[in-house]
Amino acid sequence: MSASSTAEAPFVPESKVGRFTNFVDERVGGSGILREFGRKVFPDHWSFMFGEVALYSFVILLMSGTFLTFFFDPSMAETHYQGSYTPLYNVDMSVAYNSSLNISFDVRGGLFMRQVHHWAALLFVASLSVHMLRVFFTGAFRKPREMNWVVGGVLLILSMAAGFTGYSLPDDLLSGNGLRIIDGVIKSIPIIGTYISFFLFGGEFPGTAIIGRLYVLHILLVPALILLMIVIHLFMVVVHKHTQYPGPGRNDGNVVGYPLGPVYAAKAGGFFFIVFGVVALMAAAFTINPIWNYGPYDPSPVSAGTQPDWYIGFVDGALRLMPGVINGWHVEQTIFGHTLTLNVLLPALVPAGIIFTVLFTYPWIERWITKDNREHHVLDRPRNAPTRTAIGVAGFTWYCVMWAAAGSDLIATHFSVSLNDVTYWLRTLFFVGPFIAFFVTKRVALALQRKDREIALHGRETGRIVRLPHGEFIEVHAPLDEYKRYKLVGFESPLPLPAQPNGHGVVTRSEKRRAALSKWFFEDRVAPATPAELEAAHAHGHHETIEAGADQKSLSH
Amino acid sequence: MKALSQKRRHPLAAIALLLMGLLLTGGLYAVATSVNQAKADTPTASASDVEQGGKLFAANCATCHGMGASGSKDGPSLVGVGAAAVDFQVGTGRMPMQMNGPQAQQKPVQFNDQQTSQLAAYVASLGAGPAIPEAGLLDGKGDAAKGGELFRVNCAMCHNAAAAGGALTQGKFAPSLSDVSSQHIYEAMATGPQNMPVFNDSNVSPEGKRDIITFLKTIDANGSPGGAQLGSLGPVSEGLFVWVAGLGVIIAFTIWLTSRTS
Repeated sequence: MSASSTAEAPFVPESKVGRFTNFVDERVGGSGILREFGRKVFPDHWSFMFGEVALYSFVILLMSGTFLTFFFDPSMAETHYQGSYTPLYNVDMSVAYNSSLNISFDVRGGLFMRQVHHWAALLFVASLSVHMLRVFFTGAFRKPREMNWVVGGVLLILSMAAGFTGYSLPDDLLSGNGLRIIDGVIKSIPIIGTYISFFLFGGEFPGTAIIGRLYVLHILLVPALILLMIVIHLFMVVVHKHTQYPGPGRNDGNVVGYPLGPVYAAKAGGFFFIVFGVVALMAAAFTINPIWNYGPYDPSPVSAGTQPDWYIGFVDGALRLMPGVINGWHVEQTIFGHTLTLNVLLPALVPAGIIFTVLFTYPWIERWITKDNREHHVLDRPRNAPTRTAIGVAGFTWYCVMWAAAGSDLIATHFSVSLNDVTYWLRTLFFVGPFIAFFVTKRVALALQRKDREIALHGRETGRIVRLPHGEFIEVHAPLDEYKRYKLVGFESPLPLPAQPNGHGVVTRSEKRRAALSKWFFEDRVAPATPAELEAAHAHGHHETIEAGADQKSLSH
Repeated sequence: MKALSQKRRHPLAAIALLLMGLLLTGGLYAVATSVNQAKADTPTASASDVEQGGKLFAANCATCHGMGASGSKDGPSLVGVGAAAVDFQVGTGRMPMQMNGPQAQQKPVQFNDQQTSQLAAYVASLGAGPAIPEAGLLDGKGDAAKGGELFRVNCAMCHNAAAAGGALTQGKFAPSLSDVSSQHIYEAMATGPQNMPVFNDSNVSPEGKRDIITFLKTIDANGSPGGAQLGSLGPVSEGLFVWVAGLGVIIAFTIWLTSRTS
């Protein structure tokens, strides 16, 4: 407190509890940490909470998963089911499937915990994805957060890996079919594919090793990596501070919001229980992955409606869309006596490869185009970055087309249309959809910007028509308050940056390419209303208001 | 034996041998094929049933299937399809067909039970085919576990492992099997309606069919141990549910949590 604190007598707490906490604090230094973290300010907005949802889902996953490990046996040894589900009584199956059935029917609370675990897994990846979409569309990946964006992308891949390894563990027919598809994809890789497959499965598919191996990955390696990435991710959030939406008094040098302690900590703590409650409610009332319906895995049967969990769906969809024969040309080719299964290799690896490459490099691509090296802590409203928003929606549309293709059979049966037609339409959309989405989104964003500009300059239309003494009719516009107006005018709208000569005075070819992209990125723009324009418009507005003589509040500024 | 060997060079020996060979192969063939052929219609169908059925047929079915069920360009011949096929198609409302399409759709049944059995008796009288199964095969008291295995191997690729149905090519589909009567399930297996293959008695024995029916009835009766089953459609409906309902409720909460700050 005061400068002479060193000369003061050491702090002696009065109560017993105080003495105890002081003893700990003097050795651990907790109050210093609490002072630092407790004063961290977090801006409040509903769209900032998806990362939290993902984190809480992960905590739920760890807890429910631990429960499941007490009863699950990842052995592929054969056994005969003797549990209480009669339609499978005495059926030949693996120990892994047997123990999953026992968890479902003979362990108290087992089925509930299984469903908690699975619903939480779906929610984990879903909230993580929505969080990434929010970060992308608000431009939160810009300097200094590019690295954290990459960590987030790694978390997405890890969560998919965690999900897939878990999906396969019960060794039921559905998950076995999924594993077989993965095996097929691996085997389609030229030269090394077969070796990798034999290494992974310990011989020919399905072998007797894979469940145990996936189990180790699922409960040890992948969650440990996820935890590590979460720690890095949150550490960087603390270092960078949280971003905020534009608003009066908010800029790149401050954070406006509530401190972590006590308000935000209480809110976040309460929110954990809300997420837990929602997951528990879903697990209690809605079946997920009814493994008893699918039966034990056996390589011969394949059930209709076999799909992966939603986050792998886009790969499955791409596989379904790929034709085996194009115009009489067989996509599967034989080269030097070896089969090159392009009809599996291309759809399984190329779209996912493109999506993740663009996802990881996008911050640098945009940075290179815009040459923007400033730190950004204030977010963009998606409409105020029309080209970026359009790129995002185009990519999202592409993903959704593949995603929808994974459910093509269900689209066909539930909307009474031909499965073939669904496939042809989705194939067309696979190529055309992203372009349509880009064009439409960009136009919508620009139109919204124009509307914003109009409202900032002329106020909100009230619908009141007034006839002036000289016979003219006007509609009365209600002016905005300053806070709302700030939101509409306080953004940047950069101009295209022409090619710049380098240190030697040469405009390089790559610089010319950059300039062309910059033009593409920024040429369609709606400039925010300038103070001069606002002044002019408001002077006019004053006039109008006075003449209308109505009960309008006069402008004050 | 000696007498036979002495006659072996008789001019008619070759013809006799040929005749014997033909009789043997023909007989074996007849035995082999009739094993899979279901017996002719149940003897309970009286001559008047057949006659009434014939009238109903002429009035309602002959437009497409032709007089005497001999078929036309609009519909196949029904000679030899058996009573089971009629009972299935008419009993589930698929026939008479409302309109042409990828496959005949189920709709409200057009004939009462008596008329259906009369039609069946008439068609069965035209040629032997699979009969309406006996009640003993439909009692649902077989081995559900064995039926489940048979179902997964033979039926699940179209009807889905949970019998929820699935898509086929060009607008055709395998329907959901919940709430289908045991008799209709059996008849479908025996006659292979629409795009379904025939599972005759050497393919899946009557006992096996009984087990499959037991399995389907057991999973129907068991309900869903884990709560609402979201259509038993697997990961697609689960994913849709978590995105729409799960994330939807959570977004509502986030909006509520942050509504009183700025």
